[in-house]
Parts: sequence; structure tokens; C-alpha cells
Amino acid sequence: MDWLGPEEWQAVALSLKVAFWATLLSLPFGVLAAHALARRDFPGKALLNGLIHLPLILPPVVTGYLLLVTFGVRGPVGSLLQPLGIVFAFRWTGAALAAAVMGFPLMVRAIRLSFEAVDPKLEQAAATLGASRLWVFLTVTLPLILPGVLAGAVLAFAKAMGEFGATITFVSNIPGQTQTLPSAIYAFLQVPGGEASALRLVAVSVVLAMGALIASEVLARRVQQRVTGA
Amino acid sequence: MSLSLQITHAQGDFTLDCAFDAPPGITVLFGRSGSGKTTLVNAVAGLLRPQAGRIEIDGRPVFDAARGLFLPPHKRRLGYVFQEGRLFPHLSVRQNLLYGRWFAPKGARREDLSRVVEMLGIGPLLDRRPAALSGGEKQRVAIGRALLASPGLILADEPLAALDEARKSEILPYFERLRGEVPILYVSHSAAEVARLATTVVVLDKGRVVRQGPAAEVLADPSVTPVGARAAGALLEAVVARHHADGLTELDAGGQPLFLPLLRQAPGARLRIRIAAHDVLLSRARPEGLSALNILPGVVHEVRPGEGPGAIVSLDTPAGRMLARVTQRSTQALGLEAGVACHAVIKSVAVAPEDVGG
Repeated sequence: MDWLGPEEWQAVALSLKVAFWATLLSLPFGVLAAHALARRDFPGKALLNGLIHLPLILPPVVTGYLLLVTFGVRGPVGSLLQPLGIVFAFRWTGAALAAAVMGFPLMVRAIRLSFEAVDPKLEQAAATLGASRLWVFLTVTLPLILPGVLAGAVLAFAKAMGEFGATITFVSNIPGQTQTLPSAIYAFLQVPGGEASALRLVAVSVVLAMGALIASEVLARRVQQRVTGA
Repeated sequence: MSLSLQITHAQGDFTLDCAFDAPPGITVLFGRSGSGKTTLVNAVAGLLRPQAGRIEIDGRPVFDAARGLFLPPHKRRLGYVFQEGRLFPHLSVRQNLLYGRWFAPKGARREDLSRVVEMLGIGPLLDRRPAALSGGEKQRVAIGRALLASPGLILADEPLAALDEARKSEILPYFERLRGEVPILYVSHSAAEVARLATTVVVLDKGRVVRQGPAAEVLADPSVTPVGARAAGALLEAVVARHHADGLTELDAGGQPLFLPLLRQAPGARLRIRIAAHDVLLSRARPEGLSALNILPGVVHEVRPGEGPGAIVSLDTPAGRMLARVTQRSTQALGLEAGVACHAVIKSVAVAPEDVGG
């Protein structure tokens, strides 16, 4: 990628790292949350649903501020994790946390839709053949929803690549540490002569986002094909 | 007993309140839709937890409300053949067939894959996906999948209902073959299926057992017509006597000859034949100069008027209890009442080509 300058490349690489970890670590929680919302009835379901989707609606700066208050060095969770060596504030790990929180609603939504496409009667059939709940999930449900899980992961990854508001509020805009792709674009636009760099990063952003949307569409269609066996 | 249960379960304004014991063979739960058949089967499968009662499969309690015992479906060692097949779309036919065996306890009796595949004629399908199968093929694979789980009891909930007549007659023989192998609880609202398959019939109506007993006995009772008088018919047992050169097979039904179009069974084979009530004419005198070949002497057991102009007459013949559907005008004109001698003229006979056994 010769056409990207070292500073620009650094931002893209950091964004990839942040998005990768944000997606990977939130995926199990995404599957659990989607399963709970699609298949279970419990008190507080509406509240959980609201909490998950909140970052989609809240101003990102509010989400970032709440993360800072909670996971900052003096925050209730941040101060507990600090002795364990886990620090979020002004680190790339914080950028990953912010990206995970912001991408979570998209991820849960895609996975939840694929859960809903699976006929529970198939899971009942598996149970009558001797499969325990866990085995039913591993041998019937999960294989059927796998493309949907991937679609959710791709969406969350793309969202994480582009997250700006919550990230800059929570972990600021430190080159090499927390300066992700959108933060870099923002920074380049603040200095004279930075437009060319900004434009190149904008191109990268558009291609990544478009690719992710197409990929998740294709994967979601695969769920439909899988559950009907076509 | 392969199955013994007593359960009560209320759902809205419907209450299921049933108790019966099923001996080995095929026990058919017979009743119109809404009579609670599927609810009952789901309770046996563990897909539904009844509010009260107990269920024993193969002598093993799987549900006992009084003791708080409820085994989940996967611990009940069942094979369930659903109406819609419910094959796993992401697995091949072979993987579908072997799915249950994977979870069977290690020491359990192992059903042989090649034997089941051969019995069901599904060898050429093994590497296909369920979506590439016809309705009849899907149900055969579903039967195989249930069988290969080496179950103590097979549940079949109207497994033929989604198939056309040709496919139904393709599948029925497989259930007949299973009759001697595994106990089966079979749900149906088709009198023809009951006649062909049932060892024992349990008639359900509005969530209650209204009649139960051996198939021939229950079907010969004109009050048991859960699907209407149109479907009434009696079950007779007969032995193939000889094949005639003019394309007819002579059966011996309790000493009476019955002639049918040529059958493939060898002389000596035992058959179960169903004679629908609307295929039987009655005559006080032995009819002469009639084209019908099958005329059985009998004595009227009961005349039961229907809601319309018809009536069901049950009569005892040397071949067994038979039913005839005639008009009430005819019963009066002929003076039919209990104890009156008359002749049954049979227009056609449906044969279930398997021994009664079970």
C-alpha cells in the first residue's frame, strides 16, 4: 500500500486491529444476547433489548462519555480492572471497547434474525432423537445460523472500523495509540494541506463499508438457503 | 406394556384427560382433529409437560407429577416421525439417519444402518440433501432416522397426512413391517390407516378416551366413527385358499369363501381385509342371479340410525362382525332389527397385504 503515507497506514492498521478484537470478543456475547431475544421469555427482556440498542440511538459522544465515566481509571469498573493490568482509558483497548459497544446492536440484530429463521420444530426433532440442549445448539441451530453469525460479525467489524464519536470521547485521538481511521481523517482535515491524506482514507472507508454491507447481505441470504436446504 | 399413561392437561378451554395402556405392536390414536391426539403424543415425547399424571415407556417412568419427575425429550429414548418429516436441511440423508445413533447410550441395542436403508429402499438417496427429496422419500428417511435412534417406542404423528394417495400406499407397508419390531404409537384420523396398521385402537374424542381395544373389535363397533359414518368399516381376517385360473383369488374367511381380484400372496397367507360399510348391501333372502360373488349369511346385531337418512347395521357373520351402511327406509322395508337373519353382499374388498400378527 505505497499510496498510503506512514501516518495514514498507521491509522488503517490500528483500525483493523481495533475492529478485529472488538468483533471477536463481542461475538460470543452477541450470539447469547441474540438467542435470549429470539428464543426466550424472561422478565426484563424489553429492558435488555433497549440497552443493547441504546448506542444506536444515543449521540455517540454520550456513549463515549458514559464509557469514560464507567471504564475510566477512576470509574467503578475501570478502577477494579486496573490492578489486573486491564486499562481502557486512552489506550487502543479502549478504542476496541468503544467499537464493540457501538457495533453490538448491528451484530445482535443480524444474528437474531437468523435465529428467528430457524424452525424450532427442527430443534424439537433433534431433542427427541437424544440430543441435549447444548448438542441441539451445536449440531442443528449453530450450523443453520452460521452465515447469519458471520453477517453480524462483518457488520460489526465495518461499524468498528468507522466508529468515531464514542472513540474520540473515550480514548481521545493519539496517533499510533488511539487514532483510528475516522479520527485520522478528522485530524488531517484540521491541518492545512491535509485534504489529500484525508481523501485517501475516505476512499478506504467507503470501500470497506460497501464491501461489508454486500458481504453481510450475501451471508444473510445464505441463512435462508440453509434453513430451506435449497 | 410398551406404554402406560394417565395424564391430565388443560389448555385454554380444552382439557386432555386420558389413561390407557398400549401392548406391543402398533397402537393407533384415532380421532378427528382437535381431539387431543397431538397433545397426547407431545406429552409422551416430553415436548409438553402435562399438569398431572404419569407416563411409563417400556416400564420406565418418564413423567410422574406426584414425584416431580419429568425426563426431557432427549432422555426418553424415542423416535418421533413428524407429519412434516422435519429432516435437518443442512445434513445429508446419511447424516440425518445417523443423527440419533450418535446420542444413543453406548450399551444400547444398535440398529443396523444397512438393514434399515435396505428395508426402506433409500440406498440411492444417502448422499442427497433433504431438499432434493420427494415427500414420500422424506418420510421414509424420517422413519429410518427414528428407527436408527434404537428407540424403545416410536411416535408417529399423522406421518402420511401431508402425502397424496399414491405416496401413502408407498409408505404404509413400511409401518406394517415395523409392527413386529418396535412398539409404535401412531396418530391418525384415517379409518383406512387404522384398519391396516392397528394392533390396538384408542379412540379419542374431546380429549378423552372413548373406546380402546383390539382393532377388529373397535372398528366393528358402529358407535366408533370419529370421522363420520362415511368412513365406517369392519376388519375381517382371512386366509388365502387358492388362486383361480380366471384371475381371482379365493380367501377363506371363517369358513366362508371370498373372491378377490388376483392377489400376490401365496395360499396359506393370513390377510387383514377391510370392508367399508358403504360397500355392503343387505338382503333378507339369499340373492339369486346377482353379479356380486361375495355373499355372506349373517344375523343382525344392531341397527343404529344416523343423523341423516342413513343407518349403520352391524351383523355377525361366520367371517366376523361386519358393518353395512343402508338407508333407514331400507331397514324398515326389510324389517331389520337385532336377531334377524340376512345376507351381506359385498361389492368390493380392500386388502391390507400383510399378516395380522402383531
